[in-house]
Amino acid sequence: MKETSTPLETLHEIRNMMEKSSRFLSLSGLSGVFAGIFALIGAVVAFVRLNFSLWEPSYYSYAYSNGRLNREFIQFILTDALLVLAGALAAGYFFTARKAKKQGQSMWGLTARRLLMSMLVPLVAGGLFCLALIYHGSFGFVAPATLIFYGLALLNGSKYTLHDVRYLGITEIGLGVLSSFFIGYGLLFWALGFGIMHILYGTLMYYKYER
Amino acid sequence: MKELLIHLNKAFESKARLGIMSALMVNDKLDFNALKELLDLTDGNLASHLKALEEQGYLEVQKQFVGRKPNTTYGATPEGRKAFGEHLSALEKLISGNR
Repeated sequence: MKETSTPLETLHEIRNMMEKSSRFLSLSGLSGVFAGIFALIGAVVAFVRLNFSLWEPSYYSYAYSNGRLNREFIQFILTDALLVLAGALAAGYFFTARKAKKQGQSMWGLTARRLLMSMLVPLVAGGLFCLALIYHGSFGFVAPATLIFYGLALLNGSKYTLHDVRYLGITEIGLGVLSSFFIGYGLLFWALGFGIMHILYGTLMYYKYER
Repeated sequence: MKELLIHLNKAFESKARLGIMSALMVNDKLDFNALKELLDLTDGNLASHLKALEEQGYLEVQKQFVGRKPNTTYGATPEGRKAFGEHLSALEKLISGNR
């Protein structure tokens, strides 16, 4: 029964088992990079389509025309956002499933379920809160709210995955709070938070763990 | 050297038992299937290791039913945690002693 391994190797095995059993380590940095790329594409499409200026606060003034809700704008921005989300989720699933397979881990194990559940609570709360903001016509606060709640979801989920996600979460929360003081620049902060930051942290994680 | 080795716990000599205890140090409870997946062992093999650790008093076992399926969860007892901690410090001492 006795297997010969040095004490150092044994300690490494213990550490590995502790990490493996409590954290979902198959999250791929490339998932983040592609989520970021899709977000940037979505932001560029919105900028071009709506003729936004980078330096003038606007996006929510488009939501109203003559004091009434601009349905066309709402439909366009929702479609744009949903397409970005679908693309990001698909790419996220693809690269993470690939990494999980390479590591011989299951994609839907205990740690993955814990990670999802811990993120889902802040995300659902944030989603409902944003619907309430739209319902009350506070469009300007939708961008800050999405960033803050997404950051909180990452911060909460980081207990169950790679440590770096924690810092991404804190960055998103910071950006969200900052953007709540610069109402009207929402699209710019979205591009920064969901686009640039995902690419930045994704690349970092890819080089750190997958090369 | 000899006196250091005394503190290494025989119960944790096998890789599988060490793995089970490591996983249960950071998780309050794990069920049989989760442990099986983590350790990549056969049912019979895992069951015998779990039995051995249970007999040492290091594991507490809870049997319940999820729907109609029996579900057994395992957790480390305080004695198990203490023994594992001592095993870890013994390993650390061995390493620093070798330098």
